[in-house]
Amino acid sequence: MIRAIDRKLLRELRAMRMQALAIALVIVSGVAIFIMSLSTLDSLYETRERYYRSHHFADVFASLKRAPESLAWRIRRIPGVDKVQTRVVAYVSLDIPDFAEPVSAHLISLPEAGPSLLNRVFLTSGRMPEADRDDEVLISAELAAAHGLGLGDGLRATINGRRERLTIVGLAMSPEYIYQIAPGAMFPDYARYGVLWMGREALAVAYDMDSAFNNVTLTLAPGAGTGTGTGAENVIDRLDTLLAPYGGTGAYAREHQLSHRFLSEELKQQQTIATVFPLIFFGVAAFLLNVVASRLIGLQREQIASLKAFGYSNVDVGVHYAKLVLAIVLLGILGGIGLGVLLGHGMSGLYREFYSFPFMDYVLRPRVIAAAAAVSIAVALLGTLHAVRGAARLPPAQAMRPEPPPVYRATLVERLGLQRWLSQPTRMILRHIERRPLKSLLTTLGIAMACGIMMIGGFQRGAIDHMVGVQFGMSQRADLTATYTEPTSGRSLYSLQSLPGVTLAEGFRSVPVRLRFGHRGYRTTLEGLDPHGRLMRLLDKELAPIVLPPEGVVLSDYLAELLQVRPGDRLVIDVLEGDRRTVQVAVAAIAEQYLGVGAYMRRSALNRLLREGDAISGAHLAVDSPRRGAVYAELKEMPRIAGIIEQTSAIRAFYDTLAQSVLFFTLIATLLGATISFGVVYNSMRIALSERSRELASLRVLGFERGEIAYILLGELALLTLAAIPLGLAIGYGLCAYLAAAFESDLYRIALVLDRGVYAWAALVVILSALASGLMIWRQLGRLDMVAVLKSKE
Amino acid sequence: MEPLHSATHPTPHRPRRPDVVFHIEGVTKVYRMGEVRVHALRGVDLDLYRGELCVLLGASGSGKSTLLNILGGLDTPTAGRVLYGDQDLTAAGEGALTAYRRHHVGFVFQFYNLIPSLTARENVAVVTEIARDPMRPEDALGLVGLGERLDHFPAQLSGGEQQRVAIARAVAKQPQVLLCDEPTGALDSKTGVVVLEVLERVNRELGTTTVVITHNAGIAAMADRVVSLADGRIADVHANAERVAPRELSW
Ligand SMILES: Nc1ncnc2c1ncn2[C@@H]1O[C@H](COP(=O)(O)OP(=O)(O)OP(=O)(O)O)[C@@H](O)[C@H]1O
Ligand SMILES: [Mg+2]
Repeated sequence: MIRAIDRKLLRELRAMRMQALAIALVIVSGVAIFIMSLSTLDSLYETRERYYRSHHFADVFASLKRAPESLAWRIRRIPGVDKVQTRVVAYVSLDIPDFAEPVSAHLISLPEAGPSLLNRVFLTSGRMPEADRDDEVLISAELAAAHGLGLGDGLRATINGRRERLTIVGLAMSPEYIYQIAPGAMFPDYARYGVLWMGREALAVAYDMDSAFNNVTLTLAPGAGTGTGTGAENVIDRLDTLLAPYGGTGAYAREHQLSHRFLSEELKQQQTIATVFPLIFFGVAAFLLNVVASRLIGLQREQIASLKAFGYSNVDVGVHYAKLVLAIVLLGILGGIGLGVLLGHGMSGLYREFYSFPFMDYVLRPRVIAAAAAVSIAVALLGTLHAVRGAARLPPAQAMRPEPPPVYRATLVERLGLQRWLSQPTRMILRHIERRPLKSLLTTLGIAMACGIMMIGGFQRGAIDHMVGVQFGMSQRADLTATYTEPTSGRSLYSLQSLPGVTLAEGFRSVPVRLRFGHRGYRTTLEGLDPHGRLMRLLDKELAPIVLPPEGVVLSDYLAELLQVRPGDRLVIDVLEGDRRTVQVAVAAIAEQYLGVGAYMRRSALNRLLREGDAISGAHLAVDSPRRGAVYAELKEMPRIAGIIEQTSAIRAFYDTLAQSVLFFTLIATLLGATISFGVVYNSMRIALSERSRELASLRVLGFERGEIAYILLGELALLTLAAIPLGLAIGYGLCAYLAAAFESDLYRIALVLDRGVYAWAALVVILSALASGLMIWRQLGRLDMVAVLKSKE
Repeated sequence: MEPLHSATHPTPHRPRRPDVVFHIEGVTKVYRMGEVRVHALRGVDLDLYRGELCVLLGASGSGKSTLLNILGGLDTPTAGRVLYGDQDLTAAGEGALTAYRRHHVGFVFQFYNLIPSLTARENVAVVTEIARDPMRPEDALGLVGLGERLDHFPAQLSGGEQQRVAIARAVAKQPQVLLCDEPTGALDSKTGVVVLEVLERVNRELGTTTVVITHNAGIAAMADRVVSLADGRIADVHANAERVAPRELSW
């Protein structure tokens, strides 16, 4: 049996179901985002952890020129090292049937016998290649999928200058390449970059690495720690010392491993989303609940008094109204959990597509649900505490008397003497707003929040467009970038220049370095460029090209901030190649860059610094687009070219991969924004209607038309909505700035660029949802029962 | 449930009859509204006896509701004491007053104060569900002649019917005292008679001490005693030799 007092609650809930629904929807949104981001986060962490563990992902990675296998024994003896796996790794270009554009790949050796100690591959189909077969390979599943390649299919690779026919015997994934990205690229492009695995013996023969290796990975003994400042640093230092004579380019820890880092950045962003957005939604929900509960309790003063007269205690009455709030919140929580799980599944599915995971464990921890429920309940109760406590404390004898009539004053506008221009209804609007300044303010703030949230979706799209436009339209303008297998004389540029179709070729020299300033350090590549080059330019704050000075380095803005340097400071540069010298160079300028963390200087200066002649590592090329295919073909034939990056396809690939997730996010942001603005506007109007139905009905009796009384009611909301829009646009700007800062990493920065369309869209959705709720109120005004309203005792 | 406080000092200067339910002594009530102080009661002394039907008469603003609210534990006096049996209501805390209202008092309000979202039966159930030894809501409604209208909402009942639901709600818990604030104030005389008959019957059959406020002197004839208030003071206490049935009242 439901108690009569609970039945009262249920009936009242039904009577205010639209309002309850509007509030519940806001809570649904908050809970859903909370659960979506946190469960996605847990899923990614869990999946990554399980994948890393089961496939023995290494802790430290290092490349070198060539070292005898016997060195592995000495590496193993470094204190803190657990397992060591030496490998032969090569960067090769592929020739895939029916695909004209260049494709590059890392070719990685598989141990001669047994499974790899570290970075084990996950076979999605097929079998492992025979150790001595130089024509059998595994290829990464993503690359295979991009080209529709399957078991038994063939492809060609230029391996150490020789063109080889390879047969695919298996498709694989690796914990090392969850984020599969070409060196120098910023985004995965599965059609143009992949990973291949081949038997160690065969690969060693091809690269003259018999009983030798050029790549080593290792795990740390338990307790050695993987972070900086722990055992890992020690091991890396020792490893660097060991590898230096063999052309080591500097070992790095897992946290600097490209795939791992990208994933970590993504996780960080999810965390931000999981905190910021639910907070806004819960805040708005608390406000709405407060407004609704206060109004309801105000209307039920006499009922409360009679309940108390019958012997219901303060606690009983408080609990009664808290239950009403909880019922709405519970509805929101249940809906939110459902939607959150659904979105979480969708989101982790997107991640599984975007990244290369052999499996995805969807993890929904009970404590995430518990936290979502606890937070929304706590916030809702906190928001309504005042109203509910007011109801509980209401002295019964006093509540029996009707509430004193509200005190109105002449508004500011009127006191300023502007009343001549204001009609009676307009004065009513202004007085009503001024009488409840806090409520009016909060209503405005709620609508503004909705407007702000809506801007985020558009901001992402716009910021990416801007970033790509600047980075690839103004800074990196080459059509193709070719990299040599090793530094080559600058004269080789002529052979590239003379290829038919190539209109411009600019050489560059790049060298791995560690930059140091004070106690801060950062490992990156130092690139030598032509001072007046047109294909690779650096831009200053105003996006004007920087002419590279004769001496000194130019740092990207993010790197300068990381190292805390300003122009004029002297950097220490450890060169991690050749004779590994250490030099000091002044910082000449700072360049605006959205992608990567680069350091640049004039090529001639870099050549001098490295004590070498006119050497280049590769070239940026401008190519006539109709002849692009022919140029690829020519480049593929050149044995010394290790890899080719094509700009336009890189951009296209970038958009393809990002489009899905951005679209998903924009959709969510818009839906949520609309939910909030509808929730706020509808509730405010509904309450205004209930508070003023007597007044409005009296006006109707006096001969006012529906439109005229609607003006009084809707005019107020229109005024608040209009006031909310500029505020909302400012809040949106702030939110975007916050997100841009929160999402900032050394991989990329999001420029805070908001075009007019973003503002207009946000304002439009707010206005539309205000109109929608206005329409609903208009219909309710049509049903305003003059007789009933006037007859009943207020 | 908290026990009521017992009076520590029995009153010295007035002899107490054993059947006194309420002992009111020097009760004043001052409402402070900003600068203005309103003296609603200015020293009321009164005893009410078990099973009697007492009518409180007085002009508007004379303090009738204030006194009734204090008797019902809805309000506390500014000074003076109110004893309910041996228990001092003026010294009772919030919890004790709630328990007192829950188990001892039935209220009937001038404006019915039914809960609009509940049916007649449910409006009674709201009270019986928290009472110790209640009647069934159906029986209580039968008592006031509304056995056929159990599932009607207040909006579907006439004013007199609503007031009878309110009475059923007040008597359903079988209270020791029934306090009615102008139960007929909003009713025409014919409907008013029906309501008064119900009150009279409950008082007679259940022996409930009943206080009825009115500013209609015509009703006074149905009471055992008539107490007249004027300007916050008791102006007159008059015992009727004989109670007149409500049907025969004229006003
Ligand atoms: N909560 C309050 N605040 C201020 N003054 C009050 C309050 N309650 C009652 N009063 C004042 O106390 C006086 C007595 O009020 P009370 O309600 O007891 O009168 P009443 O005899 O019941 O009148 P009526 O017949 O009109 O109901 C009146 O002057 C009233 O204005
Ligand atoms: Mg009164």
